[in-house]
Amino acid sequence: MKDISCKLLVIGAGPGGYVCAIRAGQLGIDTVIVDAGKPGGTCLNVGCIPSKALIHAAEEYDRIVHLANGRNSLGIRATKPELDLAQTIAWKDGIVGRLNSGVSGLLKKAKVKIVQGRARFRDGKTVEVETETGRQIVRAETVVIATGSAPVALPNLPFGGAVISSTEALALTSVPERLVVVGGGYIGLELGTAFAKMGAKVTVVEAQGRILPQYDAELTRPVSKRLQALGIDVMTGAKAKGLAKAGSTLLVEAEDGSEASLAADKILVTVGRRPVTQGWGLDELVLDMDGPFIRIDERCQTSMRGIYAIGDVTGEPMLAHRAMAQGEMVAEIIAGHKRVWDKRGIPAVCFTDPEIVTVGLSPEEARRTGVEVTIGQFPFSANGRAMTKMGEDGFVRVVARVDNHLVLGIQAVGHGVSELAAAFGLALEMGGRLEDVAGTIHAHPTQGEAFQEAALKALGQELHI
Amino acid sequence: MGEHLIKMPDVGEGIAEAELVEWHVKVGDLVREDAVLAAVMTDKATVEIPSPVDGEVLWLGAEIGDVVAIGSPLIRLKVEGEESASSENSPPEKAAEAPARTGEIEAQADGAVRVPDAIVERQARSTPPQTVERPPAPPVRMHRAPAMRAEGERPIASPAVRLRAREAGADLRQVPGSGPAGRITHEDLDAFLTHGRQVSKAPGLVQNTAVEHIKVIGLRRKIAEKMALAKSRIPHITYVEEVDVTALEDLRSSLNANRRSDRPKLTLLPFLMRAMVKAIAEQPHLNAVYDDDAGIVHQHGGVHIGIATQTGSGLMVPVVKHTEARDLWDCAAELNRLAEAAKSGLASREELSGSTITITSLGAMGGIVTTPVINYPEVAIVGVNKMVVRPVWDGSTFIPRKMMNLSSSFDHRIIDGWDAAVFVQRIKALLETPAMIFVET
Repeated sequence: MKDISCKLLVIGAGPGGYVCAIRAGQLGIDTVIVDAGKPGGTCLNVGCIPSKALIHAAEEYDRIVHLANGRNSLGIRATKPELDLAQTIAWKDGIVGRLNSGVSGLLKKAKVKIVQGRARFRDGKTVEVETETGRQIVRAETVVIATGSAPVALPNLPFGGAVISSTEALALTSVPERLVVVGGGYIGLELGTAFAKMGAKVTVVEAQGRILPQYDAELTRPVSKRLQALGIDVMTGAKAKGLAKAGSTLLVEAEDGSEASLAADKILVTVGRRPVTQGWGLDELVLDMDGPFIRIDERCQTSMRGIYAIGDVTGEPMLAHRAMAQGEMVAEIIAGHKRVWDKRGIPAVCFTDPEIVTVGLSPEEARRTGVEVTIGQFPFSANGRAMTKMGEDGFVRVVARVDNHLVLGIQAVGHGVSELAAAFGLALEMGGRLEDVAGTIHAHPTQGEAFQEAALKALGQELHI
Repeated sequence: MGEHLIKMPDVGEGIAEAELVEWHVKVGDLVREDAVLAAVMTDKATVEIPSPVDGEVLWLGAEIGDVVAIGSPLIRLKVEGEESASSENSPPEKAAEAPARTGEIEAQADGAVRVPDAIVERQARSTPPQTVERPPAPPVRMHRAPAMRAEGERPIASPAVRLRAREAGADLRQVPGSGPAGRITHEDLDAFLTHGRQVSKAPGLVQNTAVEHIKVIGLRRKIAEKMALAKSRIPHITYVEEVDVTALEDLRSSLNANRRSDRPKLTLLPFLMRAMVKAIAEQPHLNAVYDDDAGIVHQHGGVHIGIATQTGSGLMVPVVKHTEARDLWDCAAELNRLAEAAKSGLASREELSGSTITITSLGAMGGIVTTPVINYPEVAIVGVNKMVVRPVWDGSTFIPRKMMNLSSSFDHRIIDGWDAAVFVQRIKALLETPAMIFVET
């Protein structure tokens, strides 16, 4: 097969890689992108998008189940719904397929050459790709490593049989009767909640003292409450020891040291993700590492000249939009533009029920920087739109400096608050002060009003509480 | 008996304070209505404050040079016949007659500004205080300087500003932000780029068309007035002579090396001061103050030597009083003390006035020759130039000697050239043979 020479080679067509390639192509850089799977990476194929599809289907189903359970305050009568999960998964696959071809189309439009296959470095400038039709050598002036991350397996609970990762969970064609979720982080809770809504008996086993340990307790309280209402058992401080000999029973050491066995049809292990640093020839390179991640500088440059790395392989937070922003930046740097990573915040959304969104510093993190902080918090129970959506749980919280009212962080928990990430992110990125948020007219009636009210409250000028 | 409290008037829009530059009255003075009480100076103009009533000055609220906030108490007057003012039917005060005019400022032909009615609050002991109504003062607009962030803090700027800065190669950490919380706006960046370009690019020589208008105020104004007065009134004669200070320098370093720990290090000036005392004993009319308006020369017995001193705010002349009664060490100590006081702004008016003759010395900056301006109304000033080692012909060979010039100016109306020369030659002789300074003749 004839060797390919190009200016830029991107390894991995996830959100970071494909955005990098598209921008590079737009800027006239001769670009090749390599991926063994369909374009879109984890996010599009087995992550963000399919999980949101499943969560939506579960919500819809749960709502109708709820309405069918006799009289309800809305006055809606419904008959007991039925769920054809295989059909749901097919619908989800349809969305994923549309997005796959969308990304392919965008790459082609930007004149990016797509090579499907597994890439492996020979040296810093040469990569060989195992394609279906044979070995393809790609020589590039610049290489961007965007290999992403993969689910972490527990040594005593390897994937296989009843033990599944999020990838398999998103392809189940029937709802497991009993689902044990090992790991109470956002992935486990998103999927656990969805399956509970679809009728599974779900138990969450979390090793730490509480679920979603990266958030403060106030933010996760509405989620815990909802998990309880959905009949999900949450075992905190509990360790998964392994499978019982019988097969699909999980042995758990509870917080008090007692052993419990949880019978399960499926055991979903969501204990985190690890960067993919194996299988593509990292050993052929001399890259400085940062723990398990590839070390990068503020321009996403690695310790080797001409080699950049972006996305999950470079560290936390492992979020698609971080990878996309890095990819865009790196393409522009390669095109000769002056760019540097100077983002003020990376929003993070947890699609639990209710949703959690954060950007910038939490009150605790803000205090740790040494500045005096003021906090304004406004509950959705005082928000008209939240009432009409029957979603009064949660609040919006604004963290700002006392001296100049600069907004340092914004957090919210509540129904549909993920869409507020846009407003929160903009306020932070623009260097907004409390007065800027408080002085912006927020449409009524929307949940976004709670953002304005939280800022007003931090200023001691709240109106609706 | 009643009392008038006169406050610092609102002397112009946006002015929050004014410098008191002159008192025309003192405590105990009787003043008539419209008599000028004081003058205050803003950066715009000097404003005279007239008295709104007849009365006696009880209290002055500030000293000359004080910066007084608008509305602060300035003067208290005792006014006569105010007992009847307890009646509500009593005729209104002058200040109350035209409240609308209060605060108006009339520019006068001489450029000074007169406040027609000072803000007056009448306080009659027997009556409840009556306040004079006046339109509210315009809000004082604060022109905040663009905020710089604390060391290490990340600049606050929108992504668009950050991108533009990046592309222009500007480091936002160095850009002052004028926005809320010190946020850097596009305009701030524009200003920085325009300014920065001139500095960093500098492809060639650039014309600078900027003109800065600097008000001559406070001490600078005083210096200007005094210099103009001295130069316009006094016909100067300047006489320059060189002095061989080799022996004096030997003596000085020896004295310094062996001095008591409580004694100050000697400079050349105390020797010069003592030499001047000696010279003046023979020519007392050089130690004088000439009142040229009255046509009288006040010839002083005491030798009060003004020492021209450069301070942060300008030239000041602290005075070493009664040098004739001070020995060398005392002269040095007093000189040090006064110079410190002047530089730190702690010198009193007493210490800054009353000189009868002056020394001006720029030390290492002294140059070869200067043309000192007489400290009006004195009649003589002695200028010290830089000391250098020069080859001097001793009749058979050149030898290195420490040489120093004295550039001295005299009021030629009072001092003839001959007298000036005799005076300087006498000082030269004393400094060249320093023992003579200390030996009674």
